[in-house]
Amino acid sequence: MTASDVHRAIHAVYRIESARLIAGLARMTRDVGVAEELAQDALVAALERWPEQGVPDNPGAWLMATAKHRAIDDIRRTKRLERKHEELGHTIEAERELAAPDLDAAIDDDVGDDLLRLVFTACHPVLSTDARVALTLRLLGGLTTDEIARAFLVPEPTIAQRIVRAKRTLAEARVPFEVPRGDDLAARLSSVLEVVYLIFNEGYAATAGDDWMRPALCEDALRLGRILAELVPKEPEAHGLAALMEIQASRARARVRPSGEPILLLDQNRALWDYVLVRRGLAALERAEALGGERGPYALQAAIAACHARARTAAETDWARIAALYAELARVAPSPVVELNRAVAVAMADGPAAGLAIADALTAEPSLRGYHLLPSVRGDLLAKVGRFGEACAELERAASLTRNERERRLLLDRAAACAARDQAPRD
Amino acid sequence: MRFMVLVKASKDSEAGVLPDEKDLGAMMKFNEELVKAGVLLAGEGLQASSKGARIRFSGDKRTVIDGPFAETKELIAGYWMIQVKSKEEAIEWMRRCPNPHPGTESEIEIRQVFEAADFAPVDPTGEQRKKQEELRATVESRRS
Repeated sequence: MTASDVHRAIHAVYRIESARLIAGLARMTRDVGVAEELAQDALVAALERWPEQGVPDNPGAWLMATAKHRAIDDIRRTKRLERKHEELGHTIEAERELAAPDLDAAIDDDVGDDLLRLVFTACHPVLSTDARVALTLRLLGGLTTDEIARAFLVPEPTIAQRIVRAKRTLAEARVPFEVPRGDDLAARLSSVLEVVYLIFNEGYAATAGDDWMRPALCEDALRLGRILAELVPKEPEAHGLAALMEIQASRARARVRPSGEPILLLDQNRALWDYVLVRRGLAALERAEALGGERGPYALQAAIAACHARARTAAETDWARIAALYAELARVAPSPVVELNRAVAVAMADGPAAGLAIADALTAEPSLRGYHLLPSVRGDLLAKVGRFGEACAELERAASLTRNERERRLLLDRAAACAARDQAPRD
Repeated sequence: MRFMVLVKASKDSEAGVLPDEKDLGAMMKFNEELVKAGVLLAGEGLQASSKGARIRFSGDKRTVIDGPFAETKELIAGYWMIQVKSKEEAIEWMRRCPNPHPGTESEIEIRQVFEAADFAPVDPTGEQRKKQEELRATVESRRS
């Protein structure tokens, strides 16, 4: 192995171990910022020593032991400097924990709990959504600041600063390193799921610029979603989100032309779907539904995605079931966007006029003003009922509202087709 | 990126000898670790080649040959499909795998799966990729 081979191997080990490492260290130091610094120090030590000594048999344990020694040194130094009563008590407790002889075994058992604490801390409501996303990718996804910056199309110093500030906010707010309990748990879990799905969507469809896909973020989000589902196996929504992302990701290969233009779900070549991911998605949905209770928004969206995944051809889609699922979703998590989707499903199940009636009711909705999919859907439905002139105007409006260049072109093509039909002689 | 990790066969696996409870437990623990890390996409063990067959192509001619097959070490006894960030990560994960045929010399092989984007550099117009997708579509539609 050359030195650069060893360096690549070390970074691979760090990617595998960093979340567990940081989580374990955060439990001891009660500070994720300090924990990450200790983990980074251990990485630096590995980069110094492994090229000569070789990668140890249990690299995770080596990194943890190295970081722990460093932590004990730091704590002793702090103790000498600060003799405040409260901190002393805290320090002794932490040191006792660090000095426990069977620590490695304890770490092994608690690793799931520690990771979960880290998840909840990185997605703590005291942080802005942007900060939660960056911190989650950094601490749990093992991404570097530079990788996060590239994925989100922002300068690296912006992300670096965001992460530093987030860690400071957590420390200043004295956010406890723990898993929330009781009523708090549901709200906090939904914040975690939201962050993961946000990362997935950022990768799945860029909202600005030309590049339709940044698939690496989808993979990161999928990995986080899968980890989360195993960390909280009794939470149906964690499986629901995993299912939703697996099924959506299964279409990645089919949803863009080689030229980069998007292909709508119903026009996709289903043979190109990734059936490994489809099966994983359906299995995750089954786990969510087997847990019982009222289905949450992710499980419902996954159930809708599953209806599409199960249909061998677009024509075989069970639109009545999809419309019913959207109605259920509208009850659990009412939103104009869900209602718009229901309009599409109803149009497919009961005809364009029925769908148009639902979509028309949304035109007064202030939150949809500026949302390109409303005129896009209305344009489609108007065309289907033969009102081509109105359809053309709606599609052009949709084109003017989207920020995705390729989608804009697609909409303008459809508008032009409607304009041509509008001028064609009627029979 | 995805890697397929192939487990080579052994005398025992070809004889249909199942692993004992302890070895099976070690392997299950490893698989569990892959699942918990969100890395494992799929994986199966394969039955002995005596239960399989080969199809030999010679020009347009096809000959079916029933198992078992002799060259044990070249045969495949199982696979994992994993999703990781780099080949190095795949290697680091699989270094942690217990010996698939405990007490003997055995081997696993790590191979990267082609993804559509891999064709882009030699295929500026996307023509080859289109053909490949059409081919895959045909294969998939025959399968289903």
